[in-house]
Amino acid sequence: MKPTTRYVLSSTGLVVFLLFWEGFARSGIMEPHLLPPPSTIPPALISEINEGFWQVMVWSSLRHYTIGFVLGSVLGVTLGVVVALFPRVEASQAYLARILRPIPPLAWIPFAIIWFGITETAAAFIISIGIFWINYFTAMGAVKAVDKDLIEVARAFGHRTFPALLRKVILPGAAPGILSGLRAGLGQGWMTVVAAELFGIQGIGQRMIEAAGLLNTQVVILYMFSIAFLYGVSDYVFVRIQQRILAWQR
Amino acid sequence: MAAVIETKNLAVAFGEGDARNVVFHRLNVSVEEGEFVTLVGVSGAGKSTLLRVIADLIPSLEGSIEVNAVRVPSRRPIAMVFQADSLMPWRTISQNITLGLEGIDVADADMQQRVDHTLDLVGLSDFGNRWPYQLSGGERQRIGIARALAVEPDILLMDEPFGSLDAITRTGLQDELLRIWRETKKSILFVTHDIEEAVYLGDRVLLLGGTPAEIVREYRVDIPRNQRREGEAFLRKIEEVKAGLHEAIAVTANNANDG
Ligand SMILES: Nc1ncnc2c1ncn2[C@@H]1O[C@H](COP(=O)(O)OP(=O)(O)OP(=O)(O)O)[C@@H](O)[C@H]1O
Ligand SMILES: [Mg+2]
Repeated sequence: MKPTTRYVLSSTGLVVFLLFWEGFARSGIMEPHLLPPPSTIPPALISEINEGFWQVMVWSSLRHYTIGFVLGSVLGVTLGVVVALFPRVEASQAYLARILRPIPPLAWIPFAIIWFGITETAAAFIISIGIFWINYFTAMGAVKAVDKDLIEVARAFGHRTFPALLRKVILPGAAPGILSGLRAGLGQGWMTVVAAELFGIQGIGQRMIEAAGLLNTQVVILYMFSIAFLYGVSDYVFVRIQQRILAWQR
Repeated sequence: MAAVIETKNLAVAFGEGDARNVVFHRLNVSVEEGEFVTLVGVSGAGKSTLLRVIADLIPSLEGSIEVNAVRVPSRRPIAMVFQADSLMPWRTISQNITLGLEGIDVADADMQQRVDHTLDLVGLSDFGNRWPYQLSGGERQRIGIARALAVEPDILLMDEPFGSLDAITRTGLQDELLRIWRETKKSILFVTHDIEEAVYLGDRVLLLGGTPAEIVREYRVDIPRNQRREGEAFLRKIEEVKAGLHEAIAVTANNANDG
């Protein structure tokens, strides 16, 4: 398929969907506030921006998200690398990780509130949990999968200390895996950010619940799309950086 | 002449218990200073393993290995050309060549000069800024050779370095290697499957065979190198080594049947 054909088809699909939605919402089959037509969303955006809500909410959520992302990623990658490098550490974490990992990030909400109160820290904490596990396991796998032959090559050329091997072989070799873990975490973070704010911490999630209570459903949809937009932008930027770092890959 | 590499009753094994594989039990190999020694043997005989213990990449169980090379700050005493594709994919070709120069006393300008020079030697002058994936298998193998030469070692361990090259490139590089060897007076231990190559390059051809492996035959090649591509004596020597290899395989097979 030619790229232009693809582009045309993708755009057509989107437009058809929006038209169908608009028509359906206006047909009177459903009450307008149960399903507002897409044409109500741009005005909702303008009014949210004019009233100053949009900026504040997006900025708050971005802050939680960023702190949670950095915290979860740094801890996850670091611990994942350490565990992969030392078999004894790996053995000691095996059961622990098996028990803790399946606990969904949102199940930590009660403790987040008990420990941190209704604060930004609580939201960032919850967001960081999902991101932590993703990075922990991908970093571990990536380090274990580093080509042993290349470690031997580095040793043969005089790099025999652990820090030298880490710097010259293990980390560069694990970089593709680690970066794909970071990218997966980037998406996971947006999924928890809304839920983490539902219990009253200022942000997109809080604003959505507020609007839903007033049956301002076009505002709810506006923020749903805002999240999609923010995810799209952050993923795009990340992929750009990733491609730079991994220019050596075919 | 003094031996630069000498192993005495060397023992090497992999694995434990039932899976234990004793590659060498009492192996004695030596390479004299300035000597070009070629090592042949069937697949799995232990050729790569021997180079690895000499390069101190795997431990020996018993016996001793002596490696005598002068230590100079700007050089490494020993360098290895690996059998498998061994370039770091995240380093450019130049950066791959400087791998062995990092950590020894080489100035930046000198480093660049060595990169250019060794790239030139293997005939890939314009390749410095490429990534390994942009090279063919044979080109990557030649970069592996350049990387080893760049550290200016006294001792060069080469594990089937020309294995994936076409006949023409191979012949050219063989002669290039001989020239480098003569000019820099290196001691070379060169592994190959190709008996003609072994006889063409070596002062001595060692035949590794048996389980555990030993040097089962040893041939001195006293033919001047300019008479080696063809000529009666050269062809006869090749036949002699081939016959020896077949005999060694037959003996090993018999032993295996008896045991
Ligand atoms: N890391 C290892 N662990 C266990 N066994 C090994 C290991 N490396 C090599 N061996 C075994 O040791 C023996 C010698 O292997 P080696 O690689 O030295 O053979 P080779 O003579 O270089 O063969 P080839 O010509 O195929 O390269 C083989 O039986 C091989 O299976
Ligand atoms: Mg081998």
